Amino acid sequence: MKYVIAGAGPAGVIAAETLRKADPKGTIVLIGDEPEAPYSRMAIPYVLSGGIGEDGTRLRKTPGHFKNLSIHVLRDRVAKVLPKKRQVILAGGAKTPFDRLLIATGSRPVKPPVPGLNLTGVHHCWTLADARNIAELAQPGADVVLMGAGFIGCIILESLLARGVNLTVIEMEDRMVPRMMNETAGNMLKSWCQKKGVAVKTKTRVTGVKKSNAGGLTVHLNKGRPVNAALIVVATGVKSNTGFLKGGSVRMQDGGVAVDDHLQSSIDGIYAAGDVACGPDFSGGWAVHAIQPTAAEHGRIAAINMAGGDARYQGSLIMNVLDTAGLISASFGNWPGVNGGDIAETVDKGHFRYTRLAFEDDRLIGALTLGLTEHVGVIRGLIQSRISLGPWKKKLIANPSSVMEAYVALSPAAA
Amino acid sequence: MQKSLVIYPDKCTGCLQCELACSYQAEGVFNPAKSRIKVFNFHDQGRFVPYTCTQCDEAWCLHACPVDAITVDMTNGAKVVSDDVCVGCKVCTIACPFGTVNYNQATGKVIKCDLCGGDPECVKACPTDAIAYMDADLTGLEKMRAWAAKTDAALQAGA
Repeated sequence: MKYVIAGAGPAGVIAAETLRKADPKGTIVLIGDEPEAPYSRMAIPYVLSGGIGEDGTRLRKTPGHFKNLSIHVLRDRVAKVLPKKRQVILAGGAKTPFDRLLIATGSRPVKPPVPGLNLTGVHHCWTLADARNIAELAQPGADVVLMGAGFIGCIILESLLARGVNLTVIEMEDRMVPRMMNETAGNMLKSWCQKKGVAVKTKTRVTGVKKSNAGGLTVHLNKGRPVNAALIVVATGVKSNTGFLKGGSVRMQDGGVAVDDHLQSSIDGIYAAGDVACGPDFSGGWAVHAIQPTAAEHGRIAAINMAGGDARYQGSLIMNVLDTAGLISASFGNWPGVNGGDIAETVDKGHFRYTRLAFEDDRLIGALTLGLTEHVGVIRGLIQSRISLGPWKKKLIANPSSVMEAYVALSPAAA
Repeated sequence: MQKSLVIYPDKCTGCLQCELACSYQAEGVFNPAKSRIKVFNFHDQGRFVPYTCTQCDEAWCLHACPVDAITVDMTNGAKVVSDDVCVGCKVCTIACPFGTVNYNQATGKVIKCDLCGGDPECVKACPTDAIAYMDADLTGLEKMRAWAAKTDAALQAGA
């Protein structure tokens, strides 16, 4: 059996390792187009803040890890898939046959249609190459503009601050992390950042970037004065890497590869995992969840099925955890809630603490937290075990912070 | 051999000796806030429930880690965080459905029970034998596993 994996991020690497366990004799080819050993984009902010070196981003640290598992790591890119011929065409021109193919090509950052974003000094923060460019320009005291205060923008914000830059954040929406946090929490994050000396402009758009007379860049906004920048970091969203499938027969959904509950695409033998896959959503329906835990679960489950097993995926729970200059926030599942469902909230703006719980009947279906670092994972446990809260629902509405007590009381550990 | 901590809540008096012993072993201070084992106090029932990592087979924390900072101690099955490798991204803290991985803001790393290398201090500190350390097969680990399976991402058909 020959397995080809397109993409050497977490989904691809975990799939390769799982395949090796399930099929000791199969041929496994892991294709990635970046020059470095397989690494984690999630670790890049910690390279920028100086916490780790580039080697610290590697997905696997043991020397010879892939070789020891007879996983052939190929530096190339899949340019086209020929499903009927069971072949992929690589960017270098070579053709590679496969019996099972995993599409794990991840996502890439998008640039908004703003004039001037092609100028020198404008960078995404997505690859290690990007990180090197940013590190060169993000010197202490340098004027830096961050476009976009989404999840990725906020993670980078932390490391830019650690580098001692003079930072301005521009966000179109009315708050920070608008897809991860509601108005209350998103604005608490904003005031936290302002307290840390960051200029945060929400409900503001960049209308254009021009070279300034001083040799730097000038960022023009739809309101207020233009802002000077030695570096602009564009973090305005990502989309699935599916260009190489264009015009082919693999069915797409919501910008990703549509997969079933075994993570198989519309074509037999072709699977998808991670940021590129539109798979079962634990909260209902189908969705692209571009987060690390989903990539890891997809990679493992797709591989079990590719090797002939029968693993059905229960669906990914969207969840994020973020450290924004020392304020830790987390979001889980369907935090906006459902019609007729109860909501419990507790707000302490002075201490930057916030908890929101969303219920459906007597089950927890989503949550937001600010300032919580203890036992935060039980929120996932409570949601994903679909446990009936019984008398604990009332207690949680009275005190939303007591999620861990609820979990311990309801778990067999208390029996 | 996989070993695990077994907890008998009915024997717990809430003295918090386990939390003190744990924090001293792990952090060099007597500070329950830094303990990896936590005693929950259910006032209305007059009950105390000690709670910590079950070193579960699913190892959500280990699989969610983007930088391979959590590994299995082959001598006892403990899932151990390597401080040198952990970048402090906290993904494991939301991935663990038992809530037993916490972020330590003082160090910028995550912390969890590592079974003290096979000689758990909480067990030795407990005056009422409410915490025991024994072979996983002999313990109530199965019921925790059944609980964990409710959260499992994959339902596997067949063997």
